[in-house]
Amino acid sequence: MPLYHDDDQAMLADSASQFMREEGAINKQLRHWRDRDCKDGFGHGLWEQFGEMGFTGMLVDEDDGGLGMGHVEAAIVLEEIGRNLTPSPFLASSVLAATALKHGSEDLRSRWLPGLIEGKSVFTVAIDEGPKHNPQRIGCKAEKSGNGFKLNGKKAFVLHGASADMMVVAARTSGSDDDTDGVTLFAVPKDTSGIEHDARRLVDSSMATHTSFDDVELDGDAVIGEVDGGREILNAMLDAGRVGAAAEGVGVARGAMDMTVDYLKQRKQFGKTIGEFQALQHRAAHLYAEVEIARAVTIKAAQLLDGGSEKAELMASVAKAKVAKAAGLAVREGVQMHGGIGMTDEYDIGLYMKRDRALQEFLGDQYYHAERVAQLSGY
Amino acid sequence: MADDLEQFRSEVRSWLEANCPEEMRQPVRDERDVYWGGRNASFKSDAQKQWFEACRDKGYTVPEWPKEYGGAGLSPAEGKIFRQEMAAINARPPLSSFGIWMLGPALLHFGTEGQKQRFLNEIARGEIRWCQGYSEPGSGSDLVSMQTYGEDKGDHWIVNGQKIWTSYADEADWIFCLVRTDKENKYQGITFMLFDMENQGVSTKPILLISGNSPFCETFMDDVKVPKSYGEDIPAYVGEVNRGWDVAKYLLGHEREMISATGGGDRASSLGSVTSRQGELDPVLRAEMAMFDVDALSFTAMSEKFMDELKANKGHPAQPNMLKYAGTELNKRRHELLMAAGGSAALEWDSEESGGGKTARSWLRTKANSIEGGTSEVMLNVISKRILELPGG
Ligand SMILES: Cc1cc2nc3c(=O)[nH]c(=O)nc-3n(C[C@H](O)[C@H](O)[C@H](O)COP(=O)(O)OP(=O)(O)OC[C@H]3O[C@@H](n4cnc5c(N)ncnc54)[C@H](O)[C@@H]3O)c2cc1C
Repeated sequence: MPLYHDDDQAMLADSASQFMREEGAINKQLRHWRDRDCKDGFGHGLWEQFGEMGFTGMLVDEDDGGLGMGHVEAAIVLEEIGRNLTPSPFLASSVLAATALKHGSEDLRSRWLPGLIEGKSVFTVAIDEGPKHNPQRIGCKAEKSGNGFKLNGKKAFVLHGASADMMVVAARTSGSDDDTDGVTLFAVPKDTSGIEHDARRLVDSSMATHTSFDDVELDGDAVIGEVDGGREILNAMLDAGRVGAAAEGVGVARGAMDMTVDYLKQRKQFGKTIGEFQALQHRAAHLYAEVEIARAVTIKAAQLLDGGSEKAELMASVAKAKVAKAAGLAVREGVQMHGGIGMTDEYDIGLYMKRDRALQEFLGDQYYHAERVAQLSGY
Repeated sequence: MADDLEQFRSEVRSWLEANCPEEMRQPVRDERDVYWGGRNASFKSDAQKQWFEACRDKGYTVPEWPKEYGGAGLSPAEGKIFRQEMAAINARPPLSSFGIWMLGPALLHFGTEGQKQRFLNEIARGEIRWCQGYSEPGSGSDLVSMQTYGEDKGDHWIVNGQKIWTSYADEADWIFCLVRTDKENKYQGITFMLFDMENQGVSTKPILLISGNSPFCETFMDDVKVPKSYGEDIPAYVGEVNRGWDVAKYLLGHEREMISATGGGDRASSLGSVTSRQGELDPVLRAEMAMFDVDALSFTAMSEKFMDELKANKGHPAQPNMLKYAGTELNKRRHELLMAAGGSAALEWDSEESGGGKTARSWLRTKANSIEGGTSEVMLNVISKRILELPGG
């Protein structure tokens, strides 16, 4: 498969680009909701528009009413989301939770997917239990109780947890915290009693919760896949989410780079446009190289995922780490090359820096994934 | 000599022991933890007031300034010991201000006796808070192109123009301000003026920073009348009329030293040891921190060497630019790593647990370190030209 977009994908990119530029623009969404101290961190109206565009169910199988597209297509949408810093539950709902639900029963799928496809339902995932990404450790416990389970424990960094209609929770049904086996995924509905969300606003104005489960009773049919067989689904979900986060990061990097290159062409000092200074030209050119490379490896990882390749896991980590480096560079260079104005809230470049920081942390930062690359490469 | 210094050290130690309240030996957590002085200042706590007053009365707000100007008249060697003993007990600075870091050194070098008597004492005693009016919307890195103009009216000037990024202008009492007094002469047409922010026609408008705080402003001058003198031997300008650029540059040297010191420079402890979750760090993050510590601890030695050489009048005069560059780039890296070590908890923006987003807001604030006081690029340009003597514009 060539590593560029085919005609259909290019068309999708055009329409996603136009849609995010118009409907998902910074002033219309991010600043709008931020300045109103919105408790969701995104707009439900826009989410419904995502549904009308066919984005929400793009990864859902056609048999379940979705578009049956792949991660390359999801990455296209995410890149445009990143470029415009469009706040939405897309990554958590349409990529992470939707990937888990592929492994769910007919009942689960028909219960949850229609709402997602319409852009009416919002989902999230509850995996990490501490401040650093560590999906190996699952300490939340789900004990058998009657026909169902009783869930106890705590999760951290649950994206827009308080706004989610359903949350995919990774819990332990046997073994001890660091065991690979003995993990089960549950589709936990919003209003189940015993769940408590402690919502926090993050640096990028998105919301996340510390969520605790206190004797939460779950039906047996809330299980996604098999009891004790959740690790594999969790891994699939994580790979999809990491490639998705990488794609969004590529968009953040490109958005920041474009703004900065524009500024270099406008700002004058010493009687010259600052873009005439070779010290800045080389750095802008270097940044361009890094961002292009990061974009290539992200498309590669998405293709490998879609093809079910055994190298997908490695390349998902490579992509997540490489994008973190490139996007980090883009936002740092962006603020620096703007000078004093880059430090002001009025200019958007700082918003890119904030979003990048939150994305870097989500599902593992560059250090986590570099370590994983070493391990998966056998050293 | 050595004995005298040891004697001095033990005196300082017991003075600090007796006078520095326990509360003032805690790390500085936010701006209000340090007293900035000024007409409208207030103390955050009794301990802060007590500590400030004890230092002020002893000349320890500016230990190396002469006694007649409010300092303690310490020699360079004594000054170093004083700083070491302060650092040893983690003592907070009793008073911070642009007067101490910037205007003071310029006045000590260029000021008249009358200016020193008045302004240095006011600074040392924390009575007047100063701000710095250099940058303009069209003149940042290319500062000398600034346009704020003072029209000569005999015994006064009428000043019109706009400054920008003026830190704490809305809290400052007085401004030291670059004003063009000769439009024909770029470098020799600027006067370094001092005036009261309460003068009619001066107004400020705060600018919101990405960290969510708002410590800097646009400053507007609209027909501001600045008298040429504030009394006998107290001219309203430093140095000579139209020769303000020399003063401005001298002051920038001190500003750069100061910024580099608040950078990676003055920390004796390693980064790994100040993060709370040491045991759980990913191995690659741990390695990255160790690499940072190699650079930061080395930089600390460079800062010390620089200060020692400075006091002995050795070293290249353009070295502060190198320190400013290296120190601020390090400090930015340090905060990137603190964010990484803090993980998702460090992303929190206003929760109580995060102290109102302390880690994230500090991280964002450090991004200005390599912009304020001259950008990293400008520092590198100066190093290339003035130290390495590379050819070209
Ligand atoms: C937090 C903060 C506090 C400040 N406080 C004060 C204050 O109290 N008083 C005051 O007067 N000013 C203050 N400043 C202003 C500061 O000094 C200027 O922002 C700085 O000098 C840069 O100017 P500029 O913002 O106009 O950027 P520009 O000069 O427009 O620079 C934009 C970019 O171009 C680069 N560039 C410019 N020229 C060259 C070149 N020749 N070669 C290579 N690259 C180049 C710069 O390095 C930068 O990356 C403050 C700034 C900040 C961020």
